[in-house]
Amino acid sequence: MTVPLSWYLIFATALFSLGFFGVLSRRNAVAVLMGVELMLNAVNVNLVAFWRYLTPTDLSGQIFVVFVFTVAAAEAAVGLALMISIYRTRKTINVEEINALKH
Amino acid sequence: MVGQILFIFIAVVTLLMALGVVVARNLFHAALFLVGVFFGVATLFILLEAEFLAMAQIVIYIGAIATLIVFAIMLSRGMMGKHLGKYNKQWYFAGGAMIFFFGLVSWLLVKMPFAPVSAEAPADAIQQIGSGFVGHYVVPFEVASVLLLVALVGAIMLARERNS
Repeated sequence: MTVPLSWYLIFATALFSLGFFGVLSRRNAVAVLMGVELMLNAVNVNLVAFWRYLTPTDLSGQIFVVFVFTVAAAEAAVGLALMISIYRTRKTINVEEINALKH
Repeated sequence: MVGQILFIFIAVVTLLMALGVVVARNLFHAALFLVGVFFGVATLFILLEAEFLAMAQIVIYIGAIATLIVFAIMLSRGMMGKHLGKYNKQWYFAGGAMIFFFGLVSWLLVKMPFAPVSAEAPADAIQQIGSGFVGHYVVPFEVASVLLLVALVGAIMLARERNS
């Protein structure tokens, strides 16, 4: 327990910022999906750090992380299927050209 | 002291690999960097004495999600035009906003008075997680399993060829 809690939180903030930058700025939809995975991992680090430092006897923090794992797996599977489906109809996975809802 | 040096080493390596994920031009390299980030986060879980989550991270993220993403990259090779850059038009705005966000949240975290309790982590944590899933947290557990089933069926429906 020599590492302060805020170090973990700042690390998670940096990981979240990098993932969010990837989501906002990449053109390829697969790269956007990877940015989302980075953000989910940052949230998991935060949850486990808060569990260990603030409520080590109550394991609800760890149990919440397992649910985040579940949602991440579902999101990756549905995201890949969406990309294949979009490529079939639009012939691209460039997120700048998938703008049918804008017009 | 040893713990601090270990933490800084793991954190710096993991953040450098996360930077590689967002700047790598080759998507396959980005996926390999992503596996490195997952592994670094798993070692941080071990530092935080959450061994079950470290194992689950390696099995689920590296074993399943990273494999799925590599499949997606191989299936989508050639879907992007080669002449396009990797970033869209708003990337400098996104970068500035994220640097601002990181600075603001880090400043708040340094200012924030947390009160850590110095209790030991329970030795039978894995047993408590298991009994929690069939006891107090049984409804969210069932909802999560339904979510996985819906995602499975939905992914098959979306990716299916429509021949009719």
